[in-house]
Amino acid sequence: MDEAMIGSLIASTLRVSTPLILCALAGLLSERAGVIDIGLEGKMLFAAFAAGAAGVAFGSTALALLMAMATTVVLSWLHGLACVSYRGDQVVSGVAVNIIAVGMTAVLGIAWFAQGGQTPPVTTEVRLQAVFPGASAWFADIPFVGPLIGYGLLSHNIMVYVTLALVPAVWWLLYRTRFGLRLRAVGENAHMVDAAGVSVTRMRYAALTLNGMLCGLAGSYLVLAQSAAFVPNMTAGRGFMALAAMIFGKWHPVGAFWACLLFGFLDAVAIRLQGVHLPGIGEVPVQAVQALPYLLTVILLAGFIGRTVAPQALGRPYVKDR
Amino acid sequence: MNAGLPRWADLFLLPAVNLAVALMAAGVMVALVGQDPAEVIQVLIRGAFGSQRGLSYTLYYATTFIFTGLAVSVAFHAGLFNIGGEGQAILGGLGAGLVALWFSSFLPAWVMLPLMLLAGALFGMAWAAVPGYLQAYRGSHIVITTIMFNFLASSLLVYLLVNHMKVPGSMAVESAPFAESAKLPRMHEFLAGMGVQWSASPLNTSLFLALLAALCVYLLLWHTRAGYNLRATGSSASAAAYAGINPKHQVIMAMGVSGALAGMVGMNEIAGVTGRLMLEYVSGAGFTGIAVALMGRNHPVGIVVASILFGALFQGGAEVSFDVKGFSRDMVVMLQGFIVLFSGAMAYVLAPGMARLLAAMRSKPRGAVHG
Repeated sequence: MDEAMIGSLIASTLRVSTPLILCALAGLLSERAGVIDIGLEGKMLFAAFAAGAAGVAFGSTALALLMAMATTVVLSWLHGLACVSYRGDQVVSGVAVNIIAVGMTAVLGIAWFAQGGQTPPVTTEVRLQAVFPGASAWFADIPFVGPLIGYGLLSHNIMVYVTLALVPAVWWLLYRTRFGLRLRAVGENAHMVDAAGVSVTRMRYAALTLNGMLCGLAGSYLVLAQSAAFVPNMTAGRGFMALAAMIFGKWHPVGAFWACLLFGFLDAVAIRLQGVHLPGIGEVPVQAVQALPYLLTVILLAGFIGRTVAPQALGRPYVKDR
Repeated sequence: MNAGLPRWADLFLLPAVNLAVALMAAGVMVALVGQDPAEVIQVLIRGAFGSQRGLSYTLYYATTFIFTGLAVSVAFHAGLFNIGGEGQAILGGLGAGLVALWFSSFLPAWVMLPLMLLAGALFGMAWAAVPGYLQAYRGSHIVITTIMFNFLASSLLVYLLVNHMKVPGSMAVESAPFAESAKLPRMHEFLAGMGVQWSASPLNTSLFLALLAALCVYLLLWHTRAGYNLRATGSSASAAAYAGINPKHQVIMAMGVSGALAGMVGMNEIAGVTGRLMLEYVSGAGFTGIAVALMGRNHPVGIVVASILFGALFQGGAEVSFDVKGFSRDMVVMLQGFIVLFSGAMAYVLAPGMARLLAAMRSKPRGAVHG
């Protein structure tokens, strides 16, 4: 394994992890406020479609991002309407969002673009470009660390760096602000927060709004950075993987970040291991590496690697006592 | 939480209104993309029920949905949400397929088919019992674990098919075909044996198995001690524990039964239709089972009716996509999502208004309100 390969491994780990991190942070904000979010996958898919459609229609990156975020915020509010305002089942509501997303994005895609549900590719101007386009060449001559820094770390578009900055930002919001304290309290003991004179409903909607915005970013990354067009069902389980990462990270932003990097790394490795014979193991089954994130999450949840403690009031609708 | 609705309204009126809202939402979408909802409905109903072939396809789809719908509902009655029907159905198909590949060349059909059913049910049961055990004894949340198990199941199937079961030299990712003894008779063959002419379709005799399963679930839940214990745990685990029922055992037992039911999907798809193991024989039926169970209010009769409705939507939807330009079966998937939303998550949004309306209607003619 030479340094060029390590550099490209770092680069693809970061690329694959970025939407996972955004989505995991989104799920974390909602779940720390006590609202289960199984619908991450569906929201991400909706956002990818909105970004693709708006990117093609308006030819503007900003509008594509805005439409994607607006769509997912509305979906988050719908989730809130069903299970915060009307105290419906949070898991059922999330499942509904996922199923509607698969159906509706394809229906609208076919109706608007007539390409079997795909959108036409967005133009290069709309897509996100590398922030430091010359970095790879610049660092290429430095032995060993050159490719790692130049290609591995500095070849990315703005959203990768924004995402990396969002991890400490969300941590700060949750653990160093009054808003964050209240948000976490709503997820642990809603009655206490209500008694302190803060509206539980309003806190949960606030958390869901932030959740929607982050889901919007995650989905639009798939279209604006990863591939150029929306393809039906293109999220392919990433939302569930982000959910797994959030749990693997024990509902903590930094933990979730490392879990996303681990899962992204496994994904990047799985592609490179295809058909490779390792000494002593033989050919590595790619499916096993790809299934590892889910297996690890099950083992962790079962309490075999440390303990995970979910927010106390997670999944419980709040009924105000009279 | 029935918001003061009378029993008949809670059982029939509210679900009907919720379903109507979901259909209306889908109708609005159909109109928005520039098609005529009335025409779509007409083609859909004709496609689903208008011919022997259409009706057969409707019932063929319904068979799978009865299995997955029952699976979801048994877990629901124990207070558990089993999203893992998809994975359990995959494992069930795998179990049925494996015994068929191993034994079908020398075992007669009357041994082979029950063996496949047993293997499918056991594999599905095992795949569901593990999340059940983890929920009961290790405190991991069943929803998350079953989602993870869905992904693990599909990875396992892909791995086994690609690396071990694929016919060498063939491009298609599928196993060798089973011998004749591992194939369930098709319905048209079965009816021909009884002297009735029926057009050929994938509909097979596993439909009877599905109906029998619905009957057994009904008897189990409402006419046995085991079913009573299961429902008691679902209503209140702590009350059940005081009554001497061990809720942990009930969780594992409910998940086991649930998984076994989902595992029987293989009888319809593998033994009944494909005659070999391949990818994608479940293709979302586990999730459709959630919509079916919610619409059928978790009662076997309701589930059979809801399954036929969903079978009609899938078959009719396919028919519409041939006839109406720009329509695709994704519309049916979307409607399925609306049904989960309006009949499931938002089921009681309309209840208070409806209760007020009913109360007003009742008090008017009699002129007096009591109680």
